[in-house]
Amino acid sequence: MARELWEGNMAIAEAAVRAGLEAFFGYPITPQTEILEYLSRRLPELGRVFLQAESEVASINMVYGAACAGARVMTSSSSPGISLMQEGFSYIACSEVPAVVVNLMRGGPGLGNVAPSQGDYFQAVKMAGHGDFHPIVLAPGSIQEAIDLTILAFDLADRYRTLAMIVADGSLGQMMEPAEMPPMRPVRPPGERPPWALTGARGRLPNVITSLYLAEEDLEQVNLRLQAKLRRIAANEVRWKEYATDDAELLIVAFGTVGRICQTVVREARAKGLKAGLLRPVTLWPFPSTRIAELAARVRGMLVVEMNAGQMLEDVRLAVEARCPVRFYGRLGGMIPLPDEILPQLEAMDAEV
Amino acid sequence: MATGQDIPPDMEPVYQYPESLTSRFTHYCPGCTHGVIHRLIAEVIDELGIRERTVGVAPVGCAVLAYDYFNLDFCEAAHGRAPAMATGIKRVSPDTVVFTYQGDGDLAAIGTAEIIHAANRGELITTIFVNNAIYGMTGGQMAPTTLPGQVTTSSPGGRDVRMAGWPIKMAELIGVLPGAAYVTRQAVLDVPGIRRAKQAIRLAFRVQLAGLGFSMVEILSTCNTNWGLSPLEALEWAKAHMVPYYPLGDTKVADAVRALMEQA
Ligand SMILES: Cc1ncc(C[n+]2csc(CCOP(=O)(O)OP(=O)(O)O)c2C)c(N)n1
Repeated sequence: MARELWEGNMAIAEAAVRAGLEAFFGYPITPQTEILEYLSRRLPELGRVFLQAESEVASINMVYGAACAGARVMTSSSSPGISLMQEGFSYIACSEVPAVVVNLMRGGPGLGNVAPSQGDYFQAVKMAGHGDFHPIVLAPGSIQEAIDLTILAFDLADRYRTLAMIVADGSLGQMMEPAEMPPMRPVRPPGERPPWALTGARGRLPNVITSLYLAEEDLEQVNLRLQAKLRRIAANEVRWKEYATDDAELLIVAFGTVGRICQTVVREARAKGLKAGLLRPVTLWPFPSTRIAELAARVRGMLVVEMNAGQMLEDVRLAVEARCPVRFYGRLGGMIPLPDEILPQLEAMDAEV
Repeated sequence: MATGQDIPPDMEPVYQYPESLTSRFTHYCPGCTHGVIHRLIAEVIDELGIRERTVGVAPVGCAVLAYDYFNLDFCEAAHGRAPAMATGIKRVSPDTVVFTYQGDGDLAAIGTAEIIHAANRGELITTIFVNNAIYGMTGGQMAPTTLPGQVTTSSPGGRDVRMAGWPIKMAELIGVLPGAAYVTRQAVLDVPGIRRAKQAIRLAFRVQLAGLGFSMVEILSTCNTNWGLSPLEALEWAKAHMVPYYPLGDTKVADAVRALMEQA
């Protein structure tokens, strides 16, 4: 398939369609409304389900219902809308049904603004809802990667019967890049829904999907099973990208589009004779802690760069375990850290560590 | 399942568990009308021959464990969100029959947006709305349906409408929406009422099967435990106080539904 110019939001939407998306439920919010608009035309033309819900609360519970029926289903939103969905995330995780959620993060807290941000890292990675669970969190750094990770999100959600979340700052949804779409996968016919799905108890005992376990012993067992699954995911699904790390003495850790900006920083630093490298986590949960720990034993220091007040920073520090100094540079409120602000940070660290 | 297999060959079963019910003991308080309503739904599903294509959505409320008592595919929604969940199921599986079972806190307080929009979209689902004028599961707090002056654990001086507003008449509210094809209010406070309630539930499911739009049966019910009454006193209290405020009867019968009624 040829490379074409794709806008990020539409690329994610079309990739979901190619992945076999059967139903989308959503509510408009900048900077991701183009996903909803695109699918409002695309899904009906393919005979699939599109519904604009009355709220994000309704969207996520429609997603929950469709997932219980065994359909490939997705919603997308941006920060305030994601906050409204959190009860639903928790139910979905406990019930072990597959679903995909996209969050194109905007400036917060509160209504904030519609500029790009990475302020929802904690929300996605640490506390996507009440109780003990993590969604799988994928963080694309380019439009091609957004396409690939959208496909992967559906596959992982299905494989582990869990919630998979794609998080990107809003700029990724708005920008355009050449990218290649994968071929269209066939949609699973309704007759081939998974055996646990709610399809009507025809010739079998009823299927029940619940997240209620009143007996403490039962709920502990459910939690132990969920934890075992999370450990399996953590063992098998960690993904990251490295750039110029072979001989790096100073390592930048950054995700999403900031990771991309930091590639430029590494190039510029190297031109000035600074041995810089970059690690860009692709899965934010599970986090590439082991690799970061390995590199911490080799480099003089790490610089974490984010579009927030230092959220992934905590995970980097946990991985590093004080093996090397860890510094932070962040911009807030929708401001994007640029190479000529980041490079001096790296140079300052070079002088100190 | 009680299937009548213990019945001697020279005898005929005249009353037994509907196939759509399990024979588990329920957790409902003695005197509670949830059990009666469960049975009516199960009988209707059996009679319509739709058990193997029906999916139920349980609420958060006393009926949270309804899936233990229905011999059907079932899920359990977040508080108030059953109509959204049912929408998700029905949209991706249009051949299934989907119903929600909701209390008044679930449907008329926290889930008001979901029920109104599901009805307004004309979702092809059926809602059984159990109005007992109180929050049962959490121990008897004021519900949106609690009557003026009614004492609850969170309206100890009686519901003061100047502070807490008026009880919401959901059947009337939903009835005005164009997407709602059949909306009715019934009561399970005596045998004739129970019979009428069953007919209404049956029609509501038939409306769904015929693809005519959203259908809802509001059912006036009792909560003798949290009302602090005996089961019989509770039935009398509901007749004396609830029925006058919440008039029984249909609030919406679309023309197509009227035609359906004439068919059978
Ligand atoms: C989000 C959320 N808020 C509050 C609760 C607590 N809660 C459980 S049941 C209930 C009230 C249910 O009352 P109703 O819908 O009238 O049903 P009933 O128990 O009377 O049958 C409440 C408030 C909850 N489980 N979830």
